Amino acid sequence: MSPQRMGRWLPWISTPLLLAVFFLAWDVFVRVNNMSELVLPRPGTVLASLVDLVQDPETWAHARVTATETIAGFLIALGAGITVGAILGKVRWMEYSLRPMIVASQVVPKVALIPLFVIWFGFGMTSKIIMSAMLAFFPIMLNVQLGVRSVESGQRDVMRALNASRWHTFRHLELKSTMPYVFAGMEVGIVFAIIGTIVGEYLGGSEGLGYLVVRTLNELNAPALFAVIILLSVLGLLLYFVVNGLKRFFIPWHESVYSQHDVNA
Amino acid sequence: MSAHHAETLDAAAGTPAPAAPPKLELTGVGKQFRTKRATTQALDDIDLTITDGEFVSLIGRSGCGKTTLLRMLAGLLSPTEGKILVEGRSLWDGSTVDSSVVSQLGVVFQEANLFPWYSVLDNIALPLQLRGDGKAERRERARELAELVGLQGFEKSYPRELSGGMRQRVAIARALSTHPKLLLMDEPFGALDALTRERMNLELQRIALATNATVVFVTHDIAEAVFLGDRVVHLTPRPGRISGITHVDFARPRDIDVETEAEFGKIVRELRHALDGEE
Ligand SMILES: Nc1ncnc2c1ncn2[C@@H]1O[C@H](COP(=O)(O)OP(=O)(O)OP(=O)(O)O)[C@@H](O)[C@H]1O
Ligand SMILES: [Mg+2]
Repeated sequence: MSPQRMGRWLPWISTPLLLAVFFLAWDVFVRVNNMSELVLPRPGTVLASLVDLVQDPETWAHARVTATETIAGFLIALGAGITVGAILGKVRWMEYSLRPMIVASQVVPKVALIPLFVIWFGFGMTSKIIMSAMLAFFPIMLNVQLGVRSVESGQRDVMRALNASRWHTFRHLELKSTMPYVFAGMEVGIVFAIIGTIVGEYLGGSEGLGYLVVRTLNELNAPALFAVIILLSVLGLLLYFVVNGLKRFFIPWHESVYSQHDVNA
Repeated sequence: MSAHHAETLDAAAGTPAPAAPPKLELTGVGKQFRTKRATTQALDDIDLTITDGEFVSLIGRSGCGKTTLLRMLAGLLSPTEGKILVEGRSLWDGSTVDSSVVSQLGVVFQEANLFPWYSVLDNIALPLQLRGDGKAERRERARELAELVGLQGFEKSYPRELSGGMRQRVAIARALSTHPKLLLMDEPFGALDALTRERMNLELQRIALATNATVVFVTHDIAEAVFLGDRVVHLTPRPGRISGITHVDFARPRDIDVETEAEFGKIVRELRHALDGEE
């Protein structure tokens, strides 16, 4: 059997299997050690809690808030990241003069700024959107900058020998060869955006799944806490798959796509 | 009849004045590469005149400046000395290229340099798309060329699905798509097997004759250089200089049998000796 074909069906069997083993081990672990469910609830209890949570319309309102904040933050980061990355990649003196600032701002633990944002923008969505945008911005910007520079000189020669206009060179060469980098940045960026939103919700506000985490913690409701974390993970996965799907759609020719799911397999 | 009229008649009878400027004219062309580590005189004092419709083969050892010379002719690399005239007009003004001079140009690079995001057909048709041809027209021409270079059945493939030689053939088809009047080819058939190469040689000769294109053709293969060229220019390395020019006078179109002629063998042998002696 070819590795490609195996790569197609194997995950569908291995993933449920591994999850089953994981939950079983978890269950056995709790029972053998005779642990309090207040500390580590058994998978069954978490499942019951999850069912309750999913049936509660309030949960969905919270999920919607988190999703909105994350997507808004991500889109802002995407726009800003592409713009700034393209400029820094193209204009050398800009990059040289701004590089120390960029490095410095990357090193600053941005999460520490959330209280400031809360003071400035209140407990509403704005402070979380800004947080998620800030976290997602850097990976996107850096990737775009790298991408703009990575246009192959041989391919550039082809366009030059054809006497191509700037617009044509951009459309047929620069844009296309930067796309994989944009998507690589987006895949990291969307994960960072979720982190930004959730941390923002932890630290201030009364909406969102991050807030639900804090509330269930205060209630010492460990099963519900687990259930919310699972919901958060699902939201994260969904958003990641959307970005990944966009990538497959827009750059099917790229190595990161065709080796992931070879069309010939 | 006035004396003036008689004079012009006289001139017309003699040389066809005013003589059209040659397709390419290089005088004292040199190129120096300066890097942090070293300064390389890649080419030095190249004088070469190529007439319209001529096929010039360029041979020489690896690193003697063949690619450098071709890139300067293609308007991609500025010479540090000398002048390059295309149909009498200067190609380079200092280190800026006059892009109006290099129109109707087809270049095959040493590497295929395909665009991985386009299919074989779209790669071939790229020059047509840039010049604004319609979609149907482009497809038609690209299909024709794909067949010409023996890639029928691979039109919809992507470059990553092709072998090295197939990629190179796509690059050749792309260079030919606009019916260029000046073809610059840098070891275009280097990655091909002997039989495909033979076929491509014949096709190239046919195309060059049909379109009356001027061709500058770099190769390592002496027999190929002789088979294709009206003249074979040999370069010596470090610094790259023209060490000799061999005229090849077989009638065209030449077929593969030319290679078995005694005269052909003699020219190849002489060229090999000439290149050997440069060591
Ligand atoms: N961009 C560059 N910077 C510095 N040196 C260069 C550069 N390009 C070429 N050279 C030097 O110029 C010389 C000629 O190079 P060129 O690529 O023209 O050789 P070539 O005849 O095409 O060789 P080959 O047959 O191997 O392709 C070499 O010595 C090379 O080191
Ligand atoms: Mg070369």
